[in-house]
Amino acid sequence: MNPQTLQLICFYAFAMVTVVAALAVITLKNTVHAVLALVLTFFSAACLWMLLDAEFLALVLVVVYVGAVMVLFLFVVMMLDIDQEKMHEGFVKFLPVGVVVAVVMLVEMLGLIGVHAMHAQDLGVNPATAASLSNTAWLGHALYTKFLLPFEVAALILTVGLVAAVALTLRERHDTRYESASRQVKVNPRDRVRLVKMAAVRSEPPAGTDEKPAGEPQS
Amino acid sequence: MISLAHYIVLGAVLFCIAVAGLFINRKNVIVLLMSIELMLLAVNMNFVAFSRFLGDVSGQVFVFFILTVAAAEAAVGLAILVVLFRTRSTINIADIDSMKG
Repeated sequence: MNPQTLQLICFYAFAMVTVVAALAVITLKNTVHAVLALVLTFFSAACLWMLLDAEFLALVLVVVYVGAVMVLFLFVVMMLDIDQEKMHEGFVKFLPVGVVVAVVMLVEMLGLIGVHAMHAQDLGVNPATAASLSNTAWLGHALYTKFLLPFEVAALILTVGLVAAVALTLRERHDTRYESASRQVKVNPRDRVRLVKMAAVRSEPPAGTDEKPAGEPQS
Repeated sequence: MISLAHYIVLGAVLFCIAVAGLFINRKNVIVLLMSIELMLLAVNMNFVAFSRFLGDVSGQVFVFFILTVAAAEAAVGLAILVVLFRTRSTINIADIDSMKG
């Protein structure tokens, strides 16, 4: 088979899976199922990016998005106790307006694309291959030279996001006991223990009392 | 042969599905967040396709940054959602009206 025909068949297959999974995301009643449908959407989108020779971004999409962000979504969905039925009411009420808006938008966009894409423009040669690099090396060269400052800022944004997420969800519970490390370190042993000098030998019991073994309570 | 238009049309379809999702899921904040992720995916699809078509690396670099920011956004958004559920015991948008907006 002609490899380009095969690519086209693959494109249509993956595109169909992507669109069906995206429809499932917005229509499924169970939120956990919706998250899993979104995972499928991202995965087939990654396959489509592979077809575009964007291997690095496809792998980043799978590793970062499916592996981290969607798992985070899944954690939150499963952690919250949501009344699924109640969440889904109003679905039918808003369905017509949603469909109308989406269809009108789609027709407008397709009209715009159709005007510009009268003659099919093929994608041409892979620019990374033209520069005799892999896609990752091609992207990395740009990231570490021309886009170095934005790259560092992206790292900063991730750090801020991390700190913000922790700061938002951290709560001080009043019914649990914490230990304060700084107070523990600052403690002076003299405040805690008092050393008392005592004679090593026991003095004679005072006269008049009987001999009693040590430790018994004296009346 | 796969042309540029194939990918742009797919991006447009995904974006419209996400917009419809914002309209029809008016109760569930989690599905709204997921619709936003779908929108970002549609935009990224266009970026990658144009980057390949024009032979310009900037498009793919931009997708990289969008993924980074979207990951941070999802983390903060879900943290807000958890705090919201803890204080209000609901994630229904209709109940979140204390700011009278």
